[in-house]
Amino acid sequence: MASTEEAYGSPQGGATGTADQPAVETINVEAVNAKERRSLYASRVKVHPKRTQGTFRRIKWIVMLVTLGIYYLSPWIRWDRGDSIPNQAILVDFPARRFYFFFIEIWPQEVYYITGLLILASFTLFLVTSLAGRVWCGYTCPQTVWTDLFVTVERWIEGDRNARIKLDKMPWTFAKIRKRVVKHSIWLLISIATGGAWVFYFADAPTLAGQLLRFEAPASAYLFIGLFTATTYLLGGLAREQVCTYMCPWPRIQGAMFDEDSLLVSYRGYRGEPRGKHKKGESWDGRGDCVDCKQCVAVCPMGIDIRDGPQLECIQCALCIDACNQVMPKVGRPKNLIAYDTYRNLDAAARGESARPRLIRARSILYAALICVTGLIMLVALISRSDLDLNVLHDRNPVFVTLSDGSIRNGYTLKILNKQHSVRSFQVSVEGLSDAELSAVGEGEGTNLEVSVKPDRLRSFRVFVTVPADKIDKEVTDIEFVLTDPSDGSVARNDSIFRGPK
Amino acid sequence: MAHNGEKDPISGVETTGHEWDGIKELNNPLPRWWLYVLYATIIWSIGYWIVMPAWPTISSYTKGAIGYSQRAKVAGELEKAAEAQSVYRDKIANSDLQGIMADHELLEFSLAGGGAAFGDNCAPCHGSGAQGFKGYPNLNDDNWLWGGTLDDIYTTLKYGIRSDHDETRFNQMPAYGTDGILDRAQIRDVVQYVLALNGQDHNAKQSAAGKTIFEEQCVACHGEGGEGIQEMGAPNLTDNIWLYGGTPEEIHKTVAESRNGVMPAWVDRLSDETLKQLSVYVHSLGGGQ
Repeated sequence: MASTEEAYGSPQGGATGTADQPAVETINVEAVNAKERRSLYASRVKVHPKRTQGTFRRIKWIVMLVTLGIYYLSPWIRWDRGDSIPNQAILVDFPARRFYFFFIEIWPQEVYYITGLLILASFTLFLVTSLAGRVWCGYTCPQTVWTDLFVTVERWIEGDRNARIKLDKMPWTFAKIRKRVVKHSIWLLISIATGGAWVFYFADAPTLAGQLLRFEAPASAYLFIGLFTATTYLLGGLAREQVCTYMCPWPRIQGAMFDEDSLLVSYRGYRGEPRGKHKKGESWDGRGDCVDCKQCVAVCPMGIDIRDGPQLECIQCALCIDACNQVMPKVGRPKNLIAYDTYRNLDAAARGESARPRLIRARSILYAALICVTGLIMLVALISRSDLDLNVLHDRNPVFVTLSDGSIRNGYTLKILNKQHSVRSFQVSVEGLSDAELSAVGEGEGTNLEVSVKPDRLRSFRVFVTVPADKIDKEVTDIEFVLTDPSDGSVARNDSIFRGPK
Repeated sequence: MAHNGEKDPISGVETTGHEWDGIKELNNPLPRWWLYVLYATIIWSIGYWIVMPAWPTISSYTKGAIGYSQRAKVAGELEKAAEAQSVYRDKIANSDLQGIMADHELLEFSLAGGGAAFGDNCAPCHGSGAQGFKGYPNLNDDNWLWGGTLDDIYTTLKYGIRSDHDETRFNQMPAYGTDGILDRAQIRDVVQYVLALNGQDHNAKQSAAGKTIFEEQCVACHGEGGEGIQEMGAPNLTDNIWLYGGTPEEIHKTVAESRNGVMPAWVDRLSDETLKQLSVYVHSLGGGQ
């Protein structure tokens, strides 16, 4: 009923009109496109982070230097692996299907090393997040690092926060155009360098660099440089905090990973409130330490107010801590009004108590244990990695062949993986059968087969095993192929079967 | 449902006015650029329709401005692959079969190419593993009707057996029963003798009688001991390997009615390089001589 009335407009006081005042029908309705009506889409308000100094800013500089250094320089590290094998320390060699990482060389079927690495990385991320919140987001995420770099360039060209706001509002004078052109040019150069560095991971860096400069590099190299140039410029220079707030799923996930014992960048409301301007010489009685200078807001690259409590947008870069710690000594109050603190402690402090941060708790122990287990498995797998591997595939069709003298022959496909960087000769033999005769197309025959495999290659060939009829008493005999390298005694084995008639 | 700028008391966020079973939707606005991205994708799709093949028409489709076609791309790639292979193909064309076997690279190429050609052309009768079926010989064993050397296999492949080619390998076993050459009892005796040749259970008396008939009728083609004569395509009857089955009933049928299977000539269907690769492949299956 109510909705019907609303839909047609409910007459209010229509019947209660007096004689001298005619009844006016008032309708409870609102203009669909009312001015006040909030848009479903928000226009972006540009954030102009102010410069700050302090412990965390310094840490961020160091992290930026290290991460960017690793990214830009590591493809240039050389690592001698011998002739005809790439000597680049870190190389993803798609055409040859190899991944090189210093002394480690991974073949495509060993991609589980990378899986292990990813698992390790995830658990580390979980552990760090449960201990100290969004450390990844605040310090090491490429989005943060490059945005930081781009903002630094912007500040260098256009000045600090106030100067930039002023410049934004200025009409397009020559000076403004010059500054903007210089800024965007440097941004583009950084972006090109970023895109350029990416492709060096996939080809020999010095060779490719030469090809790129002479415009002889493969089209795909230019394509990927273009792609990464565009994304770096767009995401780091233009989109910035929008990426974290709207595009990245990680803030939503990380929210589930910290708890009341995680150290998070927090405004200590119990100390700061009630906030208010403070004049020199005024008493601090009955008020909080926060002087409402809004320095924490001005330095925030995400454009939030940390005093509103924990927020999705907060990447916990801790720059507000630095900003506040510059202010507090000036007004004669202790530092760390904004600091890494736990929910538990904030709650306790509000009641006048205190709670020590508990770093060792079920969650962190579990993550640490998982990291250790994964790391251990990886280590064992890596140490026990053989540079020789043998795979045996029994023929499916026909499963066996009867020869004219009655003897039984089985066919197998042998795959020998020589992961050494030199030619190796092997002896192939079979255990579990008596009087077995081996032969391979183009390789001769005997109880021992001699085969050679090129360096860093897989070789596949067919091997026939023939056994006289009177030596076979079972339909299925379990056998084992044994591959021996006489030069160093290394052995690879693989199980198979020998089938005969019923 | 009027929109009244109502605020959610807990989050302090304005509601959109939409409500489902008491659950109200909060208005957390999407960034406007996100909307523009949607528009950009729409514009992109229009451009895509113009540039790329997109819309079906009654008998065809819109080809797009740059004329992209996956079929053409595949055809181009196949051509390139064929070009890359031509080095080997030329070598194979100019080499004899023994030469191919002696050259490791050519051998590997031929085994791969021969295997593919076998799957396309031979597997329907001989089976994917060349294991054969009744009437279609197993090519893995060392029992050959017309010889198992490279050249024998090559000739068989080229001209076929009882095919319509002039050069075809040809023989014909008489239908001893149907043509009235032997009577039923005589055929039974011969069958017993053939079973005996293979070491199978047999009737000694019948077999002895069969031996005489065998020496009269069969040795001309199958040889004195029944071990076959490859030049004539006469199978070995002593190795217990059977093309049409080794039971007394099957052997009886073979003798009485004859079999005379056919293999087509491939010379006009496949290139000489492919035939050479096929010969090497079949030879490598294990029975090559």
